Amino acid sequence: MTVTASAPEEGTGTTELRAAIAAIPDPEVPVITIEDLGILREVLVDQQDRTVTVLVTPTYSGCPAMDAIRQHIEHVARRAGYAASVQTQLAPAWTTDWMSVAGRDKLRESGIAPPGPRSEDVPHPVGVSLAVRRVTCPLCGSADTEEIAHFGSTACKALRRCGHCREPFDEFKTI
Amino acid sequence: MTGDGEMRIAAQLRGDRERASQRSEERNDRGAEQSVGPERATSRSIDTTMTWYAVGPGPVDDSETTAAAAYCLQLGDDALIYAQRLGEWISRAPQIEEDMALANVGLDLLGQARVLLTRAGELDGTGRSEDDLAYLRDEREFHNVHLVEQERRDFGFEMARMLWFSAYERELYAALLTSGDQTLAGVAAKAVKEVDYHRDHASQWVLRLGDGTSASHLRMQEALERVAPYVAELFEDDAVSVAAAEAGVGTLPSSLWDGALGHVSQVVAQATLTLPSDTSWRSRGGREGIHSRPMGYLLAEMQHVARSHPGAVW
Repeated sequence: MTVTASAPEEGTGTTELRAAIAAIPDPEVPVITIEDLGILREVLVDQQDRTVTVLVTPTYSGCPAMDAIRQHIEHVARRAGYAASVQTQLAPAWTTDWMSVAGRDKLRESGIAPPGPRSEDVPHPVGVSLAVRRVTCPLCGSADTEEIAHFGSTACKALRRCGHCREPFDEFKTI
Repeated sequence: MTGDGEMRIAAQLRGDRERASQRSEERNDRGAEQSVGPERATSRSIDTTMTWYAVGPGPVDDSETTAAAAYCLQLGDDALIYAQRLGEWISRAPQIEEDMALANVGLDLLGQARVLLTRAGELDGTGRSEDDLAYLRDEREFHNVHLVEQERRDFGFEMARMLWFSAYERELYAALLTSGDQTLAGVAAKAVKEVDYHRDHASQWVLRLGDGTSASHLRMQEALERVAPYVAELFEDDAVSVAAAEAGVGTLPSSLWDGALGHVSQVVAQATLTLPSDTSWRSRGGREGIHSRPMGYLLAEMQHVARSHPGAVW
């Protein structure tokens, strides 16, 4: 599956520019776009000045992908004939609840367990016992999975293993 | 707040500013000598240009701004220095998963520090960037607690330190969600979720090690004892926190004690360990810039590249 942000040509209108920015893939989880991920807050286009202001909310405070995302947005805007200003908006803080349904499906298809719901009535996972979150294997669908590592290949993921198909997989952490 | 406290903060900030402007002049002199090559003029600067949008209408009045600046600086210093210590674990942790975990915790803290230091530089009127604050201040100008600067020891020590630090930060950021400074409130909203996860990670290791083998139990207990003298400093109401709390931007550290102690005691009890009784010696002075021996070495390692090549960009 490819999700490419084909940069539009000069003279592009507001709608096309918005769509092109929304289609930029996340550099660390390239199967989903920054819109799927829910970090794209606002795209404000000024046709007169040919400028665009993009508000992005980071997933984690120290997420190293933010710089790459900013550069990609600037590149896409420049190709379309706009000067971009990318601003980081901290509040309200990003939550995995902002991830789109399409984004969750794409994650699952690529072998990453999507984040679960973060409803307030779910008892806090911390407690003081060893973690017992229930995560379904994205490969075989079994609920018999266990956590191997609390922190995975990127800040937003943990590492798990399926007890049924025995495959290890990444889990997008629910925050 | 007391007049005495106000004077101390003002004096502290004035000292920081004077030292900063001296150094910036020195740097400019050196910059002038070096900026002869044409490539220097066109080279791109390090990417620290990300605009932090949450900078909203901040505190209005002067003493409030002063208090907020100093407060952001000390919170940022705690996060920065602990991030530096945690980074030392990469390739040295007992498992590769823990290399990842400790690096990730450090990365979260570094992200928090970047916003907090940037905000401190905006508010204190010196116009210093996050890099200026991280790389060009001397030991006496750092306001972190002693706990975070202590040398890396065994893994049990790190988990004991992380348990206390993240239990403290969890309470801190929960309280700062309603800060009158929008940047602080924004950092808090993000950080409260992150430190929750750090606290969970440390809690689970303390449980495993404490309630593990007799050898791991013994070492985990030793680690708690070793960390104990550095805990109280986190919860001391220093002049800066008091001023920030009065200005409505911060919270009193002493108000965080019950919540943090509640969590730590629960973990320690369940791990079949004993919370050390009050220690005869306690660390103090970090908030005023008085540090322990390991701090200078930490700064030397963290700052030497930036100081050896002033103004270098790539």
